[in-house]
Amino acid sequence: MRRLSPWTFRVIELVATAAIFATVWVVVGSNRSYIAVPVPDMLKTFASVWTSDHLWNDALPSLRRLALGYLAAVVISVSLGFVLGMSRRLRLACLPVLGFVRAIPPVALLPIFLVVFGVGDVMRISIIVFVCCWPILLNTLDGLGELDETMLATARSYHITGADRLFRVLLPAISPRVLAGMRTSLSLAVLLLVASEMLASDGGIGFFLFQSQQAFRLSEMWAAVILLGLLGYVLNILFTVVERRLLRWHASTRAQH
Amino acid sequence: MTSPVVRSPVLKRRDAWTYGLAGFVVAIALWELVTRVWLKSNAQLAAPEDVFVALTRLVTDGTFWQETGRTMRAWAIGLALSLVLGVAAGVLIGSSRVLWHAFRPTLDFLRSVPGIALMPLTLLLWGPTLRSDVFLIVFGTVWTLIVQTTYGVRAVDEMTLETARSFGFNRIQRVFLVVLPSSLPYLATGLRIASSVAITVAISAELLIGNPGLGNQIGLARSYGQFTEMYALILTSGVLGVALQAGSSALERRFLRWHESQRAAQR
Repeated sequence: MRRLSPWTFRVIELVATAAIFATVWVVVGSNRSYIAVPVPDMLKTFASVWTSDHLWNDALPSLRRLALGYLAAVVISVSLGFVLGMSRRLRLACLPVLGFVRAIPPVALLPIFLVVFGVGDVMRISIIVFVCCWPILLNTLDGLGELDETMLATARSYHITGADRLFRVLLPAISPRVLAGMRTSLSLAVLLLVASEMLASDGGIGFFLFQSQQAFRLSEMWAAVILLGLLGYVLNILFTVVERRLLRWHASTRAQH
Repeated sequence: MTSPVVRSPVLKRRDAWTYGLAGFVVAIALWELVTRVWLKSNAQLAAPEDVFVALTRLVTDGTFWQETGRTMRAWAIGLALSLVLGVAAGVLIGSSRVLWHAFRPTLDFLRSVPGIALMPLTLLLWGPTLRSDVFLIVFGTVWTLIVQTTYGVRAVDEMTLETARSFGFNRIQRVFLVVLPSSLPYLATGLRIASSVAITVAISAELLIGNPGLGNQIGLARSYGQFTEMYALILTSGVLGVALQAGSSALERRFLRWHESQRAAQR
């Protein structure tokens, strides 16, 4: 087979993506459907909406909720993983219940959180925490289950105990697993953020999106759709960068380079 | 000191059942306790026994089954469409390095767009309908299926492909007899993910924008203040989720019994 250089592929990626974007631009521009806003208008509204008050009142509060909920979920679920990791009986008792709760489509849990916490940031952040916990928790348990015996024995014979053992032996060893769970949770976090803002509304990107649609302000609605798309994309890229950096030592990432 | 390290000794089946059951009993007891403490101050809570009564009422009620059927219909149509589109596009893109690089950035972008952002859009286009449910399910699952298929296609053993070629298999035969079967494990993973995403998307869309189905019933129960029914409905959506998960892993075991990944997993 012919070998092409990595640079050729870069060029192909750029040109093709530009071509796809241009096609969308033209198709949307010539579309007669009332829902299709011409791309230039869309971009203009996007720029003006997200540099106005909406940045402070909707976009940033959403990001804050997302960050708080997600980070809390990581800390809680990894700690919980260590607790459950200590006892097989505890795991046998807890995992089936957790499996059931996890199988409930997360948005269906929103009404319960509304009843318990009312409308507000506590509700929005706690639903993100609750839903994002399970993938990380289960992956933490998997990670603890596959720890290398030799490594543990080595740590023991060097008298590495307590915090050192936790931060220098156990956490690094399970980090590939934990990160895999965190990746799943990331998209769940965005889903629950938007859903919670749509269902119980007093601000946020999801609230703005829903309001613009209700009021038929189509280019503003598109501004919110584009922002959410970019948010998802940028978060994924950031995640990949962080993951590569943290797992530079790990074989499965080294193979990718 | 007890070490937080999961050991996996031989699991006794009966142990697993006993502890699992105990876990559920404790969970329900906790729920009972919470409602006992707070029920008087918050009429929107419901005790487990009331919810179970509501649950038995639900399952003998035609509307419930009709609405669940609607959700499942959207799930099935959406997943089937997504599978056909995803496999076709995946085989095409996966079999050429140029196409793979041409589409990868766009696919990566589309895959990370939260489908929920499109709900208001579908509401404007089609109103709260089955069509909107199906569109959102396809959007939420097809990119993953395309990417999984391309991984599968790209992992096909060159030697096997060469052998097929030298036996005079034409392109179509190669796709159906070599490429697709050997990328089946990747496809199965994609399908398992897609199935649970599809049910999540369907129920979310029903709850948030009122597409007909189980999720909409939850939303209606909430707005009519029938909180006991609401909890019962949420429980049934969990049962549905469990059933779908069990179904897809059973299918995977059945159809991929010949594959190494399954042989290893059977232990």
